[in-house]
Amino acid sequence: MSSHPNDPAPSAPAFETAVRFDSVGMRYGRGPEVLSDLSFELPSGSFHFLTGPSGAGKSSLLRLIYRAERPSRGLINLFGRDASLLPREALPALRRRIGVVFQDFRLLDHLTVFDNVALPLRVAGQARSSYAEDVAELLTWVGLGERMDAFPSTLSGGEQQRAAIARAVISKPDLLIADEPTGNVDPEMARRLLRLFVELNRLGATILMATHDLTLVNSLKAPVLELSEGRLVGQARVA
Amino acid sequence: MSKNSSKSQRVAPLLPPDSGRDRPLFAVAAILVFLACLSAFGAAGAWRAADGWTDQLTAEITVQILPGEDRDADADAVAAAEAIARLPGVEGVTALDRAEAERLVSPWLGTADLPEDLPVPRLVAVQVNADNPPASGAIEALLADEPYEILVDDHQRWEDAVQRAANAVRYFALGLVLLLTIAAAAVVAFAARASLAARWDVAEALHLVGAQDRYITGLFQERFFFLGLKSGLTGSVAAALAALALAHAGAASGGLFFVPTLELGWSALAIPPLAALIAALIAALAARTAVSSDLKARWS
Repeated sequence: MSSHPNDPAPSAPAFETAVRFDSVGMRYGRGPEVLSDLSFELPSGSFHFLTGPSGAGKSSLLRLIYRAERPSRGLINLFGRDASLLPREALPALRRRIGVVFQDFRLLDHLTVFDNVALPLRVAGQARSSYAEDVAELLTWVGLGERMDAFPSTLSGGEQQRAAIARAVISKPDLLIADEPTGNVDPEMARRLLRLFVELNRLGATILMATHDLTLVNSLKAPVLELSEGRLVGQARVA
Repeated sequence: MSKNSSKSQRVAPLLPPDSGRDRPLFAVAAILVFLACLSAFGAAGAWRAADGWTDQLTAEITVQILPGEDRDADADAVAAAEAIARLPGVEGVTALDRAEAERLVSPWLGTADLPEDLPVPRLVAVQVNADNPPASGAIEALLADEPYEILVDDHQRWEDAVQRAANAVRYFALGLVLLLTIAAAAVVAFAARASLAARWDVAEALHLVGAQDRYITGLFQERFFFLGLKSGLTGSVAAALAALALAHAGAASGGLFFVPTLELGWSALAIPPLAALIAALIAALAARTAVSSDLKARWS
């Protein structure tokens, strides 16, 4: 296999498996199962795409990983710990290791782009002086260097998406999950953002990117998890 | 720092600034604190007045000198007063003459000249040391050999009734303060929950980037502490002004029955700052409890 500058590279992880699902099922309330019998693992430092048609359960699967939901059955193991049984007091520490790019961005309207991106560092107790340069540099990298004092409501969809990505990666998470992170940007910016994810992956982060964009998927030699009606119908590596 | 770094060096507040959303709560809380303070002023005044009623009763004895035939009742009253004044525990004695006695019975007998031979009892008002009064029956024993009859009233039969009335006034006022405090706490707790619902995006974003519950509840707690403090100060200062106006009107009216009188001691000065602090603490606690339980319910 020839090496490509965009290809994800192996790193030296501190743990073997970042995410492991064993026969996981999930339902909302008393409704039908939206995810059934999911078994897969994401080795530490790996890069995976998650694809599937709308309604296949991609967002629900991501919500399970960042523990916005609990599975109705099965086991979920994150960084070597059983996340299904994790007490809620342990959630903040887990979430600091996971960067999430939401499909709807979830930026805070009353904070500037700079403050939105700095949020994870601020919550972790860091002083502004210690992160100001890093935040500015990252925002410049994603093309928002001139908009860091702007408020999200004044940004275009693509700019909001880049700000959301910057917020997810600013704390250099061990695991980055992204829900359609290039859905609102032009092809050039999509490639640029993908390079950012690849670069983070080279630094050791495990990446799971949900996308409809097959061009993006084909541009990387990364394994693909394919969901259909809540079940995995294709995966590069089964647990 | 990069030349592109954020112009603002200030750390922006994580909760959005109040854009008028909290104004109704501010008004309601200030009104409740105003009413609670007025009740507290009323309770303080009632407490003070009730203390005065019972103190007056226990510190005074009334001796009636019943006029005998062919005797100068006014002279008998003066002689009795002089004798009583020498008893231990007596601090002052006032003998009331016939004119004073007639004035006291005028509500029943009218103000017209009374017949000279009407046997109007003379009164001797005896001020005693409330902590060390004369022994029971000492006045009767002292005047037992005198040629006139006496009746001693130590007000015992009134004291229990007055004490009960005073306690009723005190506890009613305290109950009112307590009810208004509970109402204020309930309103603030409800508002805190509504505030969290309106700003759930902030709580959710903070939660998802790894904020501890106490970090998020701390933000709302601080916001509501200062809101409670501002409402408390506004309500309590307004109540203090109203109470002063009421006390002034009561004093100026000379006790007209339709103008309530309010006697406030120096201790009443502590009520406004105390009320503001209590309002702030209740608001902070209510917000903390509401936000904490909502976070637990939404993120199990």
